[in-house]
Amino acid sequence: MVNSKHQWKAWIYLAPAIAVLLVFTVWPIFNTVRMAFLENYSGLEATNGATFSFGVGNFVKVLKYKRFISCLKNTMILCVLTVPISTILALLIAVGLNSIKPLQKILQTIFFLPYVTNSIAIGMVFAAMFNIVGAFYGTENELIVTAGIINNVIEFFGGTPVNWINYGSQYSANIAVMTVYIVWNALPFKILVLLGGLQSINKQYYDAARVDGSSRRRIFARITVPLLSPMLAYVVITGFIGGFKEYTSIVGIFGENMGPADDAGRLNTMVGFIYDSLSTNSQGRASAAALILFGIILVVTLLNLYVSKKKVHY
Amino acid sequence: MKVVLENVTKRFPNRDKKIKTEVTAVNNVSFTIPDGKLIGLLGPSGCGKSTTLFMICGLHKITEGKIFFGEDDVTNLSPENRGVGLVFQNYALYPHMTVKQNIMFPMENFKGEDKLTKEQMLERTMQVAKLVQLDGLLERKPSELSGGQQQRVAIARALVKMPRVLLLDEPLSNLDARLRLQTREEIRRIQRETKITTVFVTHDQEEAMSISDEIVVMKDGVVQQMGVPQTVYQDPANLFVAKFLGTPPINVFTGKVSGGALYIGAEKIMATPGVADQDVYVGIRPEGFVVSDNGCLTCDFRQVETMGGFMSVVSTHENSENPIIRSTVTDDIKIAEDAKTVKFDIKPNKIYIFNKETEERIRIEG
Repeated sequence: MVNSKHQWKAWIYLAPAIAVLLVFTVWPIFNTVRMAFLENYSGLEATNGATFSFGVGNFVKVLKYKRFISCLKNTMILCVLTVPISTILALLIAVGLNSIKPLQKILQTIFFLPYVTNSIAIGMVFAAMFNIVGAFYGTENELIVTAGIINNVIEFFGGTPVNWINYGSQYSANIAVMTVYIVWNALPFKILVLLGGLQSINKQYYDAARVDGSSRRRIFARITVPLLSPMLAYVVITGFIGGFKEYTSIVGIFGENMGPADDAGRLNTMVGFIYDSLSTNSQGRASAAALILFGIILVVTLLNLYVSKKKVHY
Repeated sequence: MKVVLENVTKRFPNRDKKIKTEVTAVNNVSFTIPDGKLIGLLGPSGCGKSTTLFMICGLHKITEGKIFFGEDDVTNLSPENRGVGLVFQNYALYPHMTVKQNIMFPMENFKGEDKLTKEQMLERTMQVAKLVQLDGLLERKPSELSGGQQQRVAIARALVKMPRVLLLDEPLSNLDARLRLQTREEIRRIQRETKITTVFVTHDQEEAMSISDEIVVMKDGVVQQMGVPQTVYQDPANLFVAKFLGTPPINVFTGKVSGGALYIGAEKIMATPGVADQDVYVGIRPEGFVVSDNGCLTCDFRQVETMGGFMSVVSTHENSENPIIRSTVTDDIKIAEDAKTVKFDIKPNKIYIFNKETEERIRIEG
């Protein structure tokens, strides 16, 4: 407890941080809520002196938008696919890394590299890997001459190349590419957290389980996973939050088109929708969408916390 | 189940990888643990006693030598195939499981014909819980138990699979003094009731002496002496064993044998027929001193200490290896407060002499 005599000192120390938070966090949040409830609010018109009536019209409009529903669907699909896959993969890799002695540090570094690499750059590499042809956008009758490395591999094993992301590609193929990319991008952080968790588990639990004759699978299921559950819960919750904010990964692979050449915007996400709304000076609509996104994240996180309260051992 | 260790050696690679020489933790250890007995592995920290225990358990691979359970050679068996129960120093109870789940865990691993139904497991859990007096605590998590209760859960978990050998690694070191006394009796009782051959590791000689059928004293990876606690105490094989056993510790003097008699300083203590002339260490148990006006050993008097039911005379002697000499005496002694010296007679069965170089016991004939 701070002595009341010295409390003013504490406030002075806190003041710079509080000031920054007020300007860049608290005020924007407050303003977002305000704009969301002002009918058809537009920043441009507001500076010209227009006034807006209070109401929920922005929300109604956003929810009626076909494009918003498609963005919501894309976001949901990517979240539901990538969070479990990346969590399970990260867990397996972390357990694997933890159980090997030689080269552990080097492998750890390799697995962590994607984390320090720019996601747009990674996206471009992935786009090249999943390409059909070097840089062929255009008509349907284009002849396939060279393919990206993934298709090369598929061909090598005698399969037919898949149009992953180019003109005329399937929605499912697009989602598959996005899933691979997002999972790959999400792995390093999760591996790092889970590996840290694994290394903090007392080795004697494993010795005890071994003396009791538990199989490796049982040790994993009954001891490792429960003891790791706090980290797993953390990774899942932050994974969902990150998943709902997915945007740059789409830009990384599909560019600003947010979809294959023949169907721009097909893979747009919630954040993409907000971004687009802002760029057309429809701040009211953007704010409403942002609040809806906030609501969804809140509900999912509460759900996660509720489940983890029952399942997680602290 | 009799447990036999035959020339067991354990070497660890040096922690500093640049040094090629290995560290020998346990060196050529052989002893036999009789069936159904409680054995204390005793020694200072780093003497290899825990390593020996983990080799019996199978968690440590043996570098050289053999281990038998009864007639079975278990040297190359993994721990789960040896049928051992192990209690860790810090218990290693699974924190996310209840007491009941902890105790049931080993049984859930049974395979083939040993497999138990849920009812059988529960029944056995209840039996063991009763044996270690945990009846009312089965639904608690380990963090909700006291140290002594956690200890009993760990023992229950080790016992529930009916091991051929029960191993306890420093079972009492995490308990406070009062609980330690109580728990060691508890371990004794449980061992007597189950008749399972039990080995426990401790650095506390009092603990080992009080509950073991036999003790094995180790130092630097080598067994110094094995035997019934009282015998080892009364008949130590070397200076280390003599020093390690007994509270208060043995008083050690430098002395010499000359012309068939033992001298400390200039004073003749006793006749030593058949012992060659040499410099020796002389160990005298605290209870071996008798205050006497005509005593053979003269010490500089410091004070008389009374602790509970015990009384001891504290004195010094220029030939003493210990900074002070502590002798436990009966409470009817009379020493003047301002006395300069005190004289003792020495009980002949409480005095041991050891070779000055090898520190091995020199036995006196007759």
